[in-house]
Amino acid sequence: MSMAATQVVRSEWTKIRSVASTVWTLGLAVVVTIALGMLISALSKSEFDTMGREDQLTFDPTFISFAGTSLGQLAMIVFGVLVVANEYSTGMIRTSLAAVPKRGTFLFSKIAVATALALVVSMITSFATFFLGQAMLGDLKASIGDPGVLRAVIGGGLYMTLIAMFSMGVAAMLRSPMLSLGILMPFFFLISNILGNVPATEKVGRFLPDQAGSKIMQVVTPLDDDVPYGPWGGLGIMALWVIAALVGGYVVLKRRDA
Amino acid sequence: MIELEGLTKRYGEKVAVNNLSFTVRPGIITGFLGPNGAGKSTTMRMVLGLDRPTAGDVRIDGKHYDQLKDPLTYIGALLEAKAWHGGRSAYNHLLCLAQSNGIPSRRVHEVLDTVGLTAVAKKKTKGFSLGMGQRLGIAAALLGDPRILMFDEPVNGLDPEGIHWIRNLMKTLASQGRTVFVSSHLMSEMALTADHLVVIGQGRLLADTSMADFIAENSRSYVRIRTPQRERLLDMLHGEGITVVEPGAEVLEVDGDKAEAVGELAARHQVVLHELSPQRASLEEAFMQLTAESVEYHAHDGQPAGPVPQQQQQQQQQQQWGSDWRKG
Repeated sequence: MSMAATQVVRSEWTKIRSVASTVWTLGLAVVVTIALGMLISALSKSEFDTMGREDQLTFDPTFISFAGTSLGQLAMIVFGVLVVANEYSTGMIRTSLAAVPKRGTFLFSKIAVATALALVVSMITSFATFFLGQAMLGDLKASIGDPGVLRAVIGGGLYMTLIAMFSMGVAAMLRSPMLSLGILMPFFFLISNILGNVPATEKVGRFLPDQAGSKIMQVVTPLDDDVPYGPWGGLGIMALWVIAALVGGYVVLKRRDA
Repeated sequence: MIELEGLTKRYGEKVAVNNLSFTVRPGIITGFLGPNGAGKSTTMRMVLGLDRPTAGDVRIDGKHYDQLKDPLTYIGALLEAKAWHGGRSAYNHLLCLAQSNGIPSRRVHEVLDTVGLTAVAKKKTKGFSLGMGQRLGIAAALLGDPRILMFDEPVNGLDPEGIHWIRNLMKTLASQGRTVFVSSHLMSEMALTADHLVVIGQGRLLADTSMADFIAENSRSYVRIRTPQRERLLDMLHGEGITVVEPGAEVLEVDGDKAEAVGELAARHQVVLHELSPQRASLEEAFMQLTAESVEYHAHDGQPAGPVPQQQQQQQQQQQWGSDWRKG
């Protein structure tokens, strides 16, 4: 059994490294996250003096350098969706399941390989975006040794990885790249932000995967912060969403005809 | 060996495969014949565990598909023309399949060579023609050197040279003692390749016989005779106890392979014959006759045990609608 799983993991690695979409989605995630992080860090530095007293007190150089994550995560979503849903859109799923009829082994080997790759890329991105962002911030910069900063940087990498995993689970449930992207992209780019910022829905919105998960990248807590969870608690909530999506994807794959 | 037992697949009201039981044996080519939409592909998908049967069972060498360890080494299948990621090269497509079943990567080179795709192995498969696609699918089926091979409409889209190639390949595989199960909607194709025949129509088993028996049972063979001394010959044939059919004024027909008997009889009595020819209804006719009977059987079946197939209801409605129109 474990030998069979090793075979399938090797097979999934061959699959993921032999299609162009892996390179361009992950490449885009790296470039967009870092570039936008640097840009916003530079803008924040030039505007610091015109900020209000309160904003200056709660200025969070670490969190600001991760501003590019909001856009970079969309590329991560595309990566996660395509890894899983392309099996369906291309017809490959029938060949894959004929080769690996144990559907749990197939799905979780695929997700393990894609997650490992996403984790490596996300961690590199996270450290790069932190150091390059701090370089833009000049004397406002945080140091990696400051309290909570290393946690936020590692957390940033975990956040991006979890976003990719969540997308894989959703894609396994919906079995179509267009449908999955059509739901996930507007959700994470617009709807979640709206729900999290409108007072009426704010209390619900903060339990959404990205709202809860991004707490890990905060080092300085805002003054009027009444969020009922800490950085790791937030990441835990996000992890629960990921588990739910993966279980849902597994159940659909197990039950439906290929 | 593939064994089907009461295999049934329903999609809502529609019965795609209806209580199929038959065995596909090694060492011969078994043709799986039926009109388009008869349930051949659905059956093959259930063999591979891709679709779950509503009822019944299918086993490969006595095991369910998902119990097979490294299934590609037991059974290789060509399912449809395109079941892979077009952005991946042929080599990498076969490599990932080989790795998933613990098959050494040199086998990838071997099967690419067997199907003649070595020159384009590193090219993305989305640029492949239909024929190249079929060859890649066959390469994937051969990858694990399996004892059982299953091909769904393998000659579709192939040029004559490709068709010739795949016929020979299937014959070679069967002669090596492997089980070869191949579907087609063309009787003429089956006649050239298959040793055994399984015929289905509307998901039901219509025939499970050797090719020779199928021909004998389903096609009428007779002797066609023309003679200027019609009455004399008729008397002689009746005298010998041979039954004669008179389809037209000019022609007589005698059932069975009796050309020699009739010829010798005529010679003995010095009757002039203008024609004495053994005739055999074509296989295509036999197939049409068989599936036509199945349709007729359904239409007069009254209330079948299962739900009435939707298509049949529509046909009935259309007939009623048509007759109304004529009245109006």
